[in-house]
Amino acid sequence: MSMLAGIVLIVLGLLFFLSGTVGLLRFPDVFTRLHALSKADTLALGLVCAGLALHEDDGALQLKLLLIWLLVIVSGATCASLIARAALAHGIRPWQR
Amino acid sequence: MRAPPSPTASDPGNGDGLMHPVEITFDALLLFSMVVLAWQGVHARNMFRAVVSFIMFGLLTAVAWVRLEAPDIALAEASLGAGLTGALLLATLGRLAPERRGARRPKVVKLSTLPWLTMGLAGTTVLLAVTLTLPAPGLGEAVLAAMPAAGVDSPVTAVLLNFRAWDTLLEIGVMLLAVIALWSLGQDVLASKPRLPAPALPALVRLLFPLFVLSTFYLLWRGGHGPGGAFPAGALLAAGLVLALLAGAQVPERMRGAPLRWALGAGLFAFLVVAVGLMWAVGTFFAYPPQHASILIAIIEIAAGLSIGVMLTALFLGGEPTDIKGGGK
Repeated sequence: MSMLAGIVLIVLGLLFFLSGTVGLLRFPDVFTRLHALSKADTLALGLVCAGLALHEDDGALQLKLLLIWLLVIVSGATCASLIARAALAHGIRPWQR
Repeated sequence: MRAPPSPTASDPGNGDGLMHPVEITFDALLLFSMVVLAWQGVHARNMFRAVVSFIMFGLLTAVAWVRLEAPDIALAEASLGAGLTGALLLATLGRLAPERRGARRPKVVKLSTLPWLTMGLAGTTVLLAVTLTLPAPGLGEAVLAAMPAAGVDSPVTAVLLNFRAWDTLLEIGVMLLAVIALWSLGQDVLASKPRLPAPALPALVRLLFPLFVLSTFYLLWRGGHGPGGAFPAGALLAAGLVLALLAGAQVPERMRGAPLRWALGAGLFAFLVVAVGLMWAVGTFFAYPPQHASILIAIIEIAAGLSIGVMLTALFLGGEPTDIKGGGK
């Protein structure tokens, strides 16, 4: 049962990775791309980690997966903010229709 | 530095020497991406693209080392090849004039496809021929046979700090020479650079820096019985310190001068004290008595790990830290 739930979570995660990548390729400027990529990929990694944790019986490994996700949350959010600020400082204006 | 095959290492194949189709596909994709990234790193339209390709190439190289069951080298490659070298290249890029940063690079060499193809094929053939003439099992067997007297359980650490400790001593010496050469060229170049106001970065560093220190000591401890040891630990420490410097931290006032110099030299100093001390105690230069090998290696490893971290950070700083106004870290 938890095996199946794990697979479902991982597949869901992969779908979010895919949508983040589509956003990176299709969106018009750096800010919209960051918006798509940082959110979707963080959620995707969380889902994949949760799915992998369900496949593990070892509590220490599950904890490690959780820690990996938490580290990616904080570093990913910081990176996105840094890239956006650098782009603004270089005079890139947000895209408008 | 290649990890010798050990019976406990997990077999990436399914046991009978054949690889699973998924693994073959993964490896093929990995190789293809590496070749494309290497090409981009050399031929990219502008410098920034080239640097990003280089960093990605370093990350994928680390993955390739994992696939080759050499986690020690993967750790070093990820932190040094991708992390620190990438940070150095990006910092350099940031100091270039804006019009040069995005500029089209002139073609360095103009050669048509045919000579390149011929040279590439010839090079590959020679490499293949050399690979085939290498002794087939390598030195893994010899290392495993000597392990009981090594003082550590990890074959890689045994080679680096016992069987070939002389090489490692010289490597540390070369790094220290590089730092000395750099310091003699001028003062640190990072301090004068204006920074973007980015409140998230210092917050992140405050959160992560203790984790960097913890992981450094974890890798030092783990080096005794698994992948880890002085080089990955030092590289990780350097990554943490460089991140702190990028977030605006500065070398504390009381750490400059003598303490910094001692930290830079500690690795080489520990190596030399042990090597010469053994000559005095046992009669042979740098030959551990087996019953004391463990503790001597641990001393060298800790000193070398800290030194490597500080030396790499010093190389990133690009010169002796100067007095700058602003709070210390």
